[in-house]
Amino acid sequence: MTTETHAEAVDEDRRNFIHIATGSVALGGAAMFAWTLVDQWNPAADTRAASALDVDVSKVPLGGEIRILIGGKPFFVRHRTPAEISAAESVNISILPDPESDEARLRPKGDGTLNKAILVTSGSCTHLGCVPVGPSQGNTGDYGGWYCPCHGSHYDTSGRIRKGPAPKNLPVPNYRWVSDSVVNISL
Amino acid sequence: MSGHESTYKPNSAFERWLDTRLPIIRFANDTMINFPTPKNLNYWYIFGAILAVCLAIQIITGVILAMHYEASVDGAFASVERIMRDVPYGWLLRYIHANGASMFFLAVYIHMFRGLYYGSYKAPREVLWIIGCVIYLLMMATAFLGYMLPWGQMSYHGSNVITGLFGAIPLVGESIQTWLMGGPSIGNQTLQRFFSLHYLLPFMIAGAVVLHVWALHVPGNTNPTGVEVKEVEKDTVPFHPYYTVKDAFGIVIFLIMFAVFVFYAPGVLGHADNYIEANALVTPAHIVPEWYLLPFYAILRAITFDLGPIDAKLLGVIFMFAAIAVLFVLPWLDTSKVKSMRYRPVARQFFFGFVVVCFLLGWCGAANPDDAVIPALQGDPSLVVSYTVEGAPATASYKGGEEAFEQAKAFMASLPAGANPSLSAVPAPTFAFRHLSLILTFLYFGYFVALFFIGLTEKPKALPESIHKSVLKRKSKDTGNAVPAE
Repeated sequence: MTTETHAEAVDEDRRNFIHIATGSVALGGAAMFAWTLVDQWNPAADTRAASALDVDVSKVPLGGEIRILIGGKPFFVRHRTPAEISAAESVNISILPDPESDEARLRPKGDGTLNKAILVTSGSCTHLGCVPVGPSQGNTGDYGGWYCPCHGSHYDTSGRIRKGPAPKNLPVPNYRWVSDSVVNISL
Repeated sequence: MSGHESTYKPNSAFERWLDTRLPIIRFANDTMINFPTPKNLNYWYIFGAILAVCLAIQIITGVILAMHYEASVDGAFASVERIMRDVPYGWLLRYIHANGASMFFLAVYIHMFRGLYYGSYKAPREVLWIIGCVIYLLMMATAFLGYMLPWGQMSYHGSNVITGLFGAIPLVGESIQTWLMGGPSIGNQTLQRFFSLHYLLPFMIAGAVVLHVWALHVPGNTNPTGVEVKEVEKDTVPFHPYYTVKDAFGIVIFLIMFAVFVFYAPGVLGHADNYIEANALVTPAHIVPEWYLLPFYAILRAITFDLGPIDAKLLGVIFMFAAIAVLFVLPWLDTSKVKSMRYRPVARQFFFGFVVVCFLLGWCGAANPDDAVIPALQGDPSLVVSYTVEGAPATASYKGGEEAFEQAKAFMASLPAGANPSLSAVPAPTFAFRHLSLILTFLYFGYFVALFFIGLTEKPKALPESIHKSVLKRKSKDTGNAVPAE
């Protein structure tokens, strides 16, 4: 090969095409690999599998509650007394900061009836996520439900916000009645 | 300055051999020995060297602590206690590392305020300043990640607050939060990834420091006059021995103060709550970050109102990140061509005001937002009876001492059944920390806006002709001698 042919061989379009094509393949590969690097931070299969729990509510003492952690998140299961149920039902909903009837905060059993004695709510205050205290800590606040010691939010016996800085009621988690005495709570 | 000629002369046959293969001795000589440095640098300029020492201390103690630490929710707290009690000198290494973080931030804040005062961020050093801001961001990330590792109450709930910030982002916030935590809440997987990143980031800081020093050595140091070097011969001295010795002296003083904390007050900058193992079901009454993040925490909590479609929580997060982001664009916000505040009589006053604002924000960050700034000015609390009349809430309040309580009690007894009365003490309205935080937040951002306008109108004082002339003038003022003729 002579030097002359060397000098003539440069074809800018051809080189650009090769550069862009090579770059695209490398970038595509890098992007696909980056996806795995990002996605591995999402909840793993075992973490997701641990995000539901069957709870035997027959063990909850009358007037008391149990506190459970599902995937590290706190939940309350409260066994309400008849007085607490009627207190929750007799409230004029229109005066509530976050209007919701007591019935709307319960989930029907398999046969369609409500078990008004058992109330299931999230255990983190809707203000800044503190865990409110309740009957087991001896302080149920001004409305007989829960009291958040961080900034003074009072919840009633339906877990609804009544007084204090929290904007919303304690959320009702996604749960269903598996049998007459067992609920399945999932995140 | 990169323009300066290399003065390195290889002396031995080995040095000559190495110099043609890897000129590392030449590089060290040109950057650390013979590097021409303005002759008028004062003690505010020693903090770069102090920060290099801080980074080295943190990396050395950190790598060793990682040999004894266990990154799991079951073992983390116990392994830290084991380091404190059982590992030989483990207590010393951990106290150096924990207090070292505070010392690191103390030094970086002085370093940054020095840069703000002497206009170190201005052309041609914008990139140098921005890399510095990146280092500061990396430092904050590293400190936050590291604070989680002991798995104490403050570690756990502090991390909850910070990851919760991302949850405030509309639409994608919750997904991002779940992604960061690797699950529905902070758990084992979160601790492991935070540990991995806490180990990684210091080396990224070290990489950024290399870029920072590189970007410093292209234009060279600023100096208190803000006048650039004109004649290398007259305006500069070689870095060694002049500044190696000055920096070394500063480092010694700094390390003495560091040691006072490590040996006499190792826990004073931390929180007692963090010696209680993390418990998701019990929230500490008062969650506060470490002192060096308090001003930003105050800004985060200062916003308690919604702005159109943006709710208060998101707005607080936006303001907090903006408080850091504004530093990145500072070189283009300050319109004045004069670098040093020494010659900017108006901007100088604003600078000192800004320093005070930063300190006050830190004070607000540590306080309960609803507490009175000056408790003596707050009136007596009143007793409030809350009750319901025909389903509607009503209140009656009573002021005074014992008789108010009697009256409130009598009133409660007089109410019909079903009124469900309750009694609570309501503090009198006052100027609270959340009000002060809001004012200070606007003053913080106001400084940067002010720099823009002051630069357009301010009449600066006369700048010295050159560095050496300003030095001679100062000298003659001190001794009363006349300026020597040129």
